[in-house]
Amino acid sequence: MSGLDGLYQEVILDHARRRSGEGLADPLPGHACGESHQYNPTCGDEITVRVELVPGDSGPGAEPVVERITWEGQGCSISMAAASVLAETAPGMTRTDLLALIEEFRALLRSRGTVEPDEELLGDAAAFAGVSRFVARVKCAMLGWVAAEEALGRAG
Amino acid sequence: MVPTSGRNPAVPSQTVPPLTDSELRRIREDFPLLTGTTVGGAPLVYLDSGATSQKPLAVLDAEREFYLHRNAAVHRGAHSLAVEATDAYEEARRTVAGFVGATERELVWTSNATEAINLVTYAFSNATAGRGGAAAERFRLGPGDEIVTTEAEHHANLIPWQELAARTGATLRWIPADDAGTLDPAAAAEVIGERTRVLAFTHVSNVTGAITDVAGLVELAREVGALTVLDACQSVPHLPVDLPGLGVDFAVFSGHKMLGPTGIGALYGRAELLDAMPPFLTGGSMITRVTMESAQYLPAPTRFEAGTQRVAQAVALAEAVRYLQGIGMERIAAHEHALGARLAEGLAGMEGVRLVGPPPGTDRVGLAAVDVAGVHAHDVGQVLDAAGVAVRVGHHCAQPLHRRLGLTATTRASTYLYNTAEDVDRFLAELAGVRAYFGAGDDG
Repeated sequence: MSGLDGLYQEVILDHARRRSGEGLADPLPGHACGESHQYNPTCGDEITVRVELVPGDSGPGAEPVVERITWEGQGCSISMAAASVLAETAPGMTRTDLLALIEEFRALLRSRGTVEPDEELLGDAAAFAGVSRFVARVKCAMLGWVAAEEALGRAG
Repeated sequence: MVPTSGRNPAVPSQTVPPLTDSELRRIREDFPLLTGTTVGGAPLVYLDSGATSQKPLAVLDAEREFYLHRNAAVHRGAHSLAVEATDAYEEARRTVAGFVGATERELVWTSNATEAINLVTYAFSNATAGRGGAAAERFRLGPGDEIVTTEAEHHANLIPWQELAARTGATLRWIPADDAGTLDPAAAAEVIGERTRVLAFTHVSNVTGAITDVAGLVELAREVGALTVLDACQSVPHLPVDLPGLGVDFAVFSGHKMLGPTGIGALYGRAELLDAMPPFLTGGSMITRVTMESAQYLPAPTRFEAGTQRVAQAVALAEAVRYLQGIGMERIAAHEHALGARLAEGLAGMEGVRLVGPPPGTDRVGLAAVDVAGVHAHDVGQVLDAAGVAVRVGHHCAQPLHRRLGLTATTRASTYLYNTAEDVDRFLAELAGVRAYFGAGDDG
């Protein structure tokens, strides 16, 4: 596989073309909601990510669960595809699980190709392993995920 | 801008022949980096000289020769090596000043063009704070005064003026760019008026490649007694430029874009103005008499060169100038004019590609930026890079201009004397395949 195809995996190109979660949705009544805007000054890419949480159903005191993630942004195929993958992957995860996933994604991207992706944990996000060899593009992939991390912290 | 070749001395004369193939081959041999391959193994096509140029062996050798045989602190010390180093340093100043039609009194070394613009803006600030006495009166700004720049500027010729306006209470205004991202003299006439004290503008846009009608803008500024500051970063490396002939009061350019090393740039100023201007950076080497309370300053240009100077860089930049002079700036300009035309024509005919700046057939340097429909500039650059073609992607330090064009980022190819028509064709061929790679234009 050539270097370029290692970066632009079919999964990534598909998500860049047919994006999940694009278009900010108004939070439903009773849902906790957090939002974050991120900007990449190198290329001018930007994204706003909104995270909606619902109370967990495993009894009182249960951790809130991600109901949905919507976003709006402008950027390269890597950043848009990464946001789309996140919007598909996150619903149903607890806050703790999603934060752990974001951390796993970050470690993968920073690995410069030295880490084998945990496909079971990462799902479609594992396709971004190739991005880690293109240091200049790591920020692109992280843009929406960093926004989600911050939005989670802001959701009530 | 209005393509007025008769009024613009920067437009290359049509009678000068471009470089021949054998000349180009010889030139390319002086730049070993150009004959190499990229990390991916593809032969390198370097089309990012607008960001920084490659360096010929002669320039590298000149810097090494200085360190091997003549290195010492300049303008201090009485030993013979210090004299030799000082001579080399000042000879470099004469060479670089002469290259832009100026004298050595009119050329101040700076670290880069950005520092040169900041030097001017901070001198205005210091004058406004009362420094420089009566001679500095014309640099004092306050509420009601207007600083005029343009929407087509590099951030380096915008933000220092924003800051100066904020420090002095002056108002910042700008000449709007038109739909092509170029400057319309009629729009300039509406912005420049009685309150205008300083007009800062670019000679050649680093995004559109358009050549500004300098004479027209200088005339407007002179009518109202405003000082002019020219960003010549994209013109001095590529065109024959006579700064006093252009009639500007100040101009800046950088060494690394004209075959020289990083870490050196220059401020040109009319001698009378430089001598009247208070210093920006202060300290050693720029003073005459110092007491515990105050100091007196040397005349320009030394007044603006505090601290240890970039001696080896100045020497190497002078060698770069000699290299360019050896080929001839008119011929380099003719060569790049042809490359620019080839770029513009190839891009204008490409489906899904929008060429910003002057349309084909209009004057431009060897630089062209495009928006590729449905594909972000970073993705375009990545595909080109995999094929060995190095271009610049992003906003090129000109966010307001991109916003004006309705874009956030573009892909820019920029040439220099060492680029060939084949380089341009490789870029065009690779670019033509980009939309298909990303499925842009397909359904969904």
